[in-house]
Amino acid sequence: MLGVALISMISAISIMFLSSRVAAMLGKTLRDKVFQKVMGFSGEEFSNFSTASLITRSTNDIQQIQMLITMLFRVVVYAPIMGIGGFIRVLANSNTSMAWIIGLAILCVIGIVLVLFIVAMPRFKKLQDFIDKLNLVSREILTGLPVIRAFHTEEKEEKRFEVANRDLMKNYVFVNRAMSMMMPALMFVMNSIMLLIIWVGGHNVDQGIIQVGDMMAFIQYTMQIVMSFLMISMISIMLPRAGVSAKRINEVLETKPRIVDKENPKKFDESKKGLVEFKNVSFRYPDADSECITDINFVAKPGETTAIIGSTGSGKSTIVNLIPRFYDVTGGELLIDGVNIKEVPQKELRSKIGFVPQKGMLFSGTIESNIKYGNPEISDEQMVKAARIAQAEEFINNKEEKYDAPISQGGTNVSGGQRQRLSIARAIAIDPEILVFDDSFSALDLKTDAALRAALAKETKNKTVIIVAQRISTILNADQIIVLEEGTMVGKGTHEELMKTCEAYREIALSQLSKEELE
Amino acid sequence: MAHMNQKKPPMGGMGPGPAHGGGPAEKPKDFKNTTKKLIKNYLANYKFAIAIVILFAVGSTIFSIVGPKILGNATTEVYTGIMSKLSGGAGINFEKIAEILLTLLALYLISASFSFIQGFVMTGVSQKITYRLRNDIARKINRMPMHYFDKKTHGEVLSIITNDIDTISQNLNQSITQIITSICTIIGILIMMFSISWLMTLISLFILPVAAFIVKVIVGKSQKYFQAQQEYLGHVNGQVEEIYGGHTIVKAFNGEKQALEEFEKANDTLYHSAWKSQFLSGLIHPVMNFVGNIGYVAVAILGGYLAVKGRITVGNIQSFIQYNKQFTQPINQIAQVSSMLQAMVAAAERVFIFLEEPEEVQTSDNKVSTKDLKGNITFDHVMFGYDDDKIIIHDFNAKVKDGQKIAIVGPTGAGKTTMVKLLMRFYDVNSGEILIDGHNIQDFDRGELRKMFGMVLQDTWLFGGTIKDNIKYGKPDATDNEVIEAAKAAHVHHFIKTLPKSYDMVIGEESSNISAGQKQLMTIARVILTDPKILILDEATSSIDTRTEQQIQSAMDNLMKGRTSFIIAHRLSTIRNADLILVMDHGDIVEQGTHDELLAKDGFYAKLYNSQFEECEDEIE
Repeated sequence: MLGVALISMISAISIMFLSSRVAAMLGKTLRDKVFQKVMGFSGEEFSNFSTASLITRSTNDIQQIQMLITMLFRVVVYAPIMGIGGFIRVLANSNTSMAWIIGLAILCVIGIVLVLFIVAMPRFKKLQDFIDKLNLVSREILTGLPVIRAFHTEEKEEKRFEVANRDLMKNYVFVNRAMSMMMPALMFVMNSIMLLIIWVGGHNVDQGIIQVGDMMAFIQYTMQIVMSFLMISMISIMLPRAGVSAKRINEVLETKPRIVDKENPKKFDESKKGLVEFKNVSFRYPDADSECITDINFVAKPGETTAIIGSTGSGKSTIVNLIPRFYDVTGGELLIDGVNIKEVPQKELRSKIGFVPQKGMLFSGTIESNIKYGNPEISDEQMVKAARIAQAEEFINNKEEKYDAPISQGGTNVSGGQRQRLSIARAIAIDPEILVFDDSFSALDLKTDAALRAALAKETKNKTVIIVAQRISTILNADQIIVLEEGTMVGKGTHEELMKTCEAYREIALSQLSKEELE
Repeated sequence: MAHMNQKKPPMGGMGPGPAHGGGPAEKPKDFKNTTKKLIKNYLANYKFAIAIVILFAVGSTIFSIVGPKILGNATTEVYTGIMSKLSGGAGINFEKIAEILLTLLALYLISASFSFIQGFVMTGVSQKITYRLRNDIARKINRMPMHYFDKKTHGEVLSIITNDIDTISQNLNQSITQIITSICTIIGILIMMFSISWLMTLISLFILPVAAFIVKVIVGKSQKYFQAQQEYLGHVNGQVEEIYGGHTIVKAFNGEKQALEEFEKANDTLYHSAWKSQFLSGLIHPVMNFVGNIGYVAVAILGGYLAVKGRITVGNIQSFIQYNKQFTQPINQIAQVSSMLQAMVAAAERVFIFLEEPEEVQTSDNKVSTKDLKGNITFDHVMFGYDDDKIIIHDFNAKVKDGQKIAIVGPTGAGKTTMVKLLMRFYDVNSGEILIDGHNIQDFDRGELRKMFGMVLQDTWLFGGTIKDNIKYGKPDATDNEVIEAAKAAHVHHFIKTLPKSYDMVIGEESSNISAGQKQLMTIARVILTDPKILILDEATSSIDTRTEQQIQSAMDNLMKGRTSFIIAHRLSTIRNADLILVMDHGDIVEQGTHDELLAKDGFYAKLYNSQFEECEDEIE
């Protein structure tokens, strides 16, 4: 008997070893898969899911599933073996006059579990929504800290959090209370079944059908069978929540990114290096009623600076976001190096473009890791040069750790202007054919702005530069200025030309500079 | 310029790396203290409910323990009955058996309902505690100094609210009940076993120290991995948050591969700690089972011997075996509970560390009311640095009269925004004073002080709610008309009208169909509505184009009329008509005066102002 017990222990440990590895592996694989998938998402998918939801799906939901699988292995692998073993022993025992009691017991167990299931199920499904809501509110409180303090609305935010928190708690209480009913009920069923067996078994013994020992064995086997059913049904309680999680993960995994590489990508035309051509390009956001930009036509040539100017909401940023293919044009075509950008691999396309976004966005790490973000093999000289052009050298050198100075997530530990300069350095460091500045200069003061542009002009002699700008002064010397109004082009030319021909441009110019300054 | 000397944030809030070779396993750093806090600050509020839980748990356990013994009597009855029948007696006494079984049925029913009541109450208690913990954290966030969040990522703080609190919630519910029932069961079973046979009991007790030792070893080992697992979960989630948040940059610079590699690395570490912790904690059950089985064999042999000698009844052997089997269960449970407790206390520790971070002082001892203040502001020898050894504002002096329009200009990193942060007491000065109408700002309630200010920042922040609610943010009791008026004044009314559902449209951080400029206009409307005494525009218009800016200029002028306003701007065009321009460089004021005065001076400002045209000449050369 001791030997059997030893074997049983060793096999149990082996199961445990395998099951915990498998469960953890599943969690890991899922995480990798989801992360990889999300990496391929364009801005469109991000706004469809919302970033917060994608984060929960990649973290919490996967955790849920991993937990379930661990449990599943521990219990479900054992339970059927125990149950089936019990059945075999009972049936093998010549006398089956009490087998109906086992049937009754199983029916009771399943009945109880089913009732609880039906009662608690709807709330179970809601649970994740409430968790999401709470996470969203928490995130908003964290990101809006300065505003909340400025308006002194701490209490208001706390109320908002409390409401979300209370909803979640109420739901949890209901679900958990329903669940806390299950164990006592099931134990009661088991105990009652035991009593029933003794009562019926006593009579059978009296009539000489079975022996006392048989009765005792029967009790043991029945308990074993009922137990295994009990465990299986308990696990099934966990299924709905994990099911919801699985569905949410699956939604991510099954989303086909709109922007994918063609199977037979074309090559860039070497003779047209750096050429950016917009041919009747228009774009509308999915589900939007009207087009965001319409019929845009221009050519940006290497060695020249093309500036885009226009009022807020006129579609400037949209145009530059089309160049690295963050979104696909919905009409016309966009050519880079003479090829439609839908025909080339995104990776190759983007390696030609140095993109500086509107908001300076940095990653946690060091200044060095941020500047070298586009390509870790960038040499230190190149990094320093990029920092110099971006007018970041001075403040970097002022730091004790220089290029090793830490940057916190989002770059919140450097000022807005410094963040922006680092993100400019990051774009310059990869030595791209095309430099795109999406309104990147407005966070800089005029002096830095001017110095930066002067340095840029020297270093970007053969590059295509596309600048979205607010300040006329930033673009005064551009080779070509595109004036946008409500998504359409209302002017194209140099500053001098536009001052004469384009009313919208003149208005913008006059709003910023006095007449004398302009002349 | 801030935080040059900043250290890397401690990830996951955990302590130093792995313990030195062969040292003791990592545990919550201060188990006792954390537990004490949890009990004193949270559990103690539910004394009555917990007393009920204990009472009913004990009751339920006692009833279920008595069960097997009585059941054994029934078996004995059957056995002796059949024996007597064989020897020609009356046979089995079914009346007596029925009596026993009905008693048992009643016992089991009571036990079940007790156990249910206990679970019902405990669920309420543990959920309320987690509810309170979450609220406390949310409240705490609002009372912490801003610089705390410069060092911690949002992911780390979020992980406390979600993961750690979840751990507490799940484990609290089960651990308390299980501790009570397990201890009761052990004591109860011991008594029952002794009452059946002290000899057999003593033998089965031999396994106790062995069991306890095994449990201790396994729990200690698994704990280390549990902590590592929690920590790496924080890492992985932090990465997810960061990369998802900055996905445009990741894409633009082909950083997908690098991000993926880093993620896979962290994920892999998580995997190893996850399976190890699961495996080790799962070991307890089979090992204990084995130990239990050894005892079982000994008891069976001895029981058989005693029964032959007639010193024990068959029913009693059955009961004893049942008890003996149940005996290892509570020990198992206590082991489980102890690992649950460890995980819970470790999570609670992180929560408490967060809750115990120093807070900003909210109120002041010699409180001054902000009522009837005019808005005269004096900066008197202000010195400030985010770190004591890195002073970025050295000696700032300025006098501002109420109603004046003050512009602060200077190169990036000159300390412009820092001045404003000091004014609103997001940070406190190291030395010197900031006075409003002669009162040191530290004499006001922080909240009241900040309410005097209206602030428009470069980064817009709108919360997930309707446009109307967002505009009403600073003045929740505003009427619809006031909201519309404010929106009109901010020149955003027309735009809002074109949106589906107009003012009732739900927006948030993520709304992509509203441009940064339009969001900014909404935040301006929000400030217009609150009608503050002092106005701060920190690069407020840098995401609005100049034409729109000119259009809303009249609204801005109206807004600034009669208020002290501070304008931080790069665009010098917006500040030409300021009453006073403070030119900052390297944390100090280098020049001050009006636009014309400063230009005439031909100093730093003039250079700054002219720099926008310099470059034209550069390029021509």
